[in-house]
Amino acid sequence: MTLPLDQLFVLTKQHLLAHIPTPAQPIASAILSVTPILIAFPLLFAITTLLERKGLGRIQNRYGPNRTGPLGLWQPIADGIKSLTKEDIVPHTADHAVHLLAPILIAAASFLGYAVLPIGRNMTLLNLNAGVLYFFAVGSLVELAVFMAGWSSRSKYSLLGAMRAIAQMISYEVPLVLASVSVIMQSGSLSTVSIVEQQATYTGIFPHWNIFTPWGILGFALFMVAACAESNRSPFDLPEGESEIIAGYYIEYSGFKFALFFLGEYLGMFATSGMAITLFLGGWSAPLSFLTFIPSYLWFFLKLLVLIAGFIWVRGTLPRLRMDQLMSLAWQFILPLAILNIFVVGVWRFLPSGILRWLICTILIIIPFTFLSRTLKKIKKFQTRTYAFVEYPITSTASPLCNTVLTAPIANSPEPQQP
Amino acid sequence: MIGNGILRGLTETARNFFGSYTKKERLTTIQYPEERLPQIEATRDFPFLVYDGPDWHEGMRCVACQICEKECPPKCIVIEKSKDKKPDAVGKPQFYPAIFNIDISVCMSCQICVEVCPFDAIKMDVEYDLPTDDRFTGLLFDKQRLSKSNTYYNQIHPTEAAAVDTALAEERAKAEAKAKAAAEAAAAKSAAPPQAAAQPAPQPISGETK
Repeated sequence: MTLPLDQLFVLTKQHLLAHIPTPAQPIASAILSVTPILIAFPLLFAITTLLERKGLGRIQNRYGPNRTGPLGLWQPIADGIKSLTKEDIVPHTADHAVHLLAPILIAAASFLGYAVLPIGRNMTLLNLNAGVLYFFAVGSLVELAVFMAGWSSRSKYSLLGAMRAIAQMISYEVPLVLASVSVIMQSGSLSTVSIVEQQATYTGIFPHWNIFTPWGILGFALFMVAACAESNRSPFDLPEGESEIIAGYYIEYSGFKFALFFLGEYLGMFATSGMAITLFLGGWSAPLSFLTFIPSYLWFFLKLLVLIAGFIWVRGTLPRLRMDQLMSLAWQFILPLAILNIFVVGVWRFLPSGILRWLICTILIIIPFTFLSRTLKKIKKFQTRTYAFVEYPITSTASPLCNTVLTAPIANSPEPQQP
Repeated sequence: MIGNGILRGLTETARNFFGSYTKKERLTTIQYPEERLPQIEATRDFPFLVYDGPDWHEGMRCVACQICEKECPPKCIVIEKSKDKKPDAVGKPQFYPAIFNIDISVCMSCQICVEVCPFDAIKMDVEYDLPTDDRFTGLLFDKQRLSKSNTYYNQIHPTEAAAVDTALAEERAKAEAKAKAAAEAAAAKSAAPPQAAAQPAPQPISGETK
């Protein structure tokens, strides 16, 4: 099981640590563990920006960037140089200190979550007892950074974007955590390392991933929808909707601060995707038992890339939601299902394993799901949109009044010109 | 069921994604420097000067009448008339432009210069590949740069150029016939001054330009 290639980075680190004097070893160990994460994930960010633009292009029957270097591969480098050399503009009336701190905080907060992600076998930075709890606690720091950015810019658009972001992130934090509670209940541990190790066992050739259970499928789906909203990705990109509030909370940022926001957003997406992999997709474990010869970290990054591809695919497909649709989706649909999922996990845990358990749990999910979606569809009604400052009501019942107000000036329009 | 529309949308985008790799006709983008769209005959962007024959200066149709200079709305044409004369497209001795400059960074491609030209000397070009490092002199075209042959004009706007060519040929024939008739008349009248008859012909045109 302990192939040298699989433990390459662990062994290298141990080898390097042996050369360092004992008192300096803890700090050296920390630096040696943190540095690869600080290199690997921003690198992944750079690759993802290119892949996303290419993928979105192909989805829209375009080529995507293909001018910078072979196949446009140097595009991220060009983008980086460009954002580094651009002028850093701070609005005159902005709160300068907070305006500066917001992008730093968002990037830092996004990095903190990686401390508990098991990237490979024995490759977790911190094996915390409350790893999952820590992850979500740190993840909510991003909300603070977003609001700092929106508030300090002193722009209406950024404040609107920040308010939307706060409302959305808090709403979706609830189903995100509740969906992961189901896994915590099943594994009986908050430690990410033990959650993965429980899933990395096999019956025959098939692993015990949480997604291969009825509640796992539902939990994963809910988790991914909530993760999409948490990382402000389309179709939940209201806080930065380009067509409505231009760029939302980071509209007043330029140059490298803007790039930091971008980085923070993508790192947040990778972190939540990594957590989804940890909780539902068996972390670093191979999908089939005879594939374990492939190093564990490669499996993790492969799964991460698949999830990122899914994010890009969804982004290229779905239009942006409206704010009320977003909220009703979170509170009326996803939240009840997440609570139901917790109940189903309880049932699953106390039933003897077998086909009966599968059947009962599937029914327990399908029936409420259908019922809920049908009911929500039925009670959804298109309300008459009225503008708050218009004095006459634009409804079919009030058409006589409406006609007098609306048509009178049009009918009499030549008259005012005569005197 | 909830999510049906989402699934349909996802299949559509997936079909686009994979289809764009297999079917070339899905990708409608023209990769500009390597690929170009076929030229449309009605295309026009900036004016150029037409010349007949092999030499651009000898065959230049422009007679420096300066109508286009006066009519140009953004005033991007600068013409300076020559002191001496040379034969024009029809064969009459005419002035020619000593300086003919067009600042194409000012030109708005309105084609008014082409419409007012009585000599079919200025026409619209189709060349759009005009980037330059030097925005001051690189975009100020002098008469040598502006001069392009009639064969080139026939290539880019065949229908229009054919009409111009027939009109010019008719005019040339008329002028020749007139000259010949005048010469014959002069010869028949008396064998003494044979060259005098050809001289007064260009004067009405040069008077018109003033």
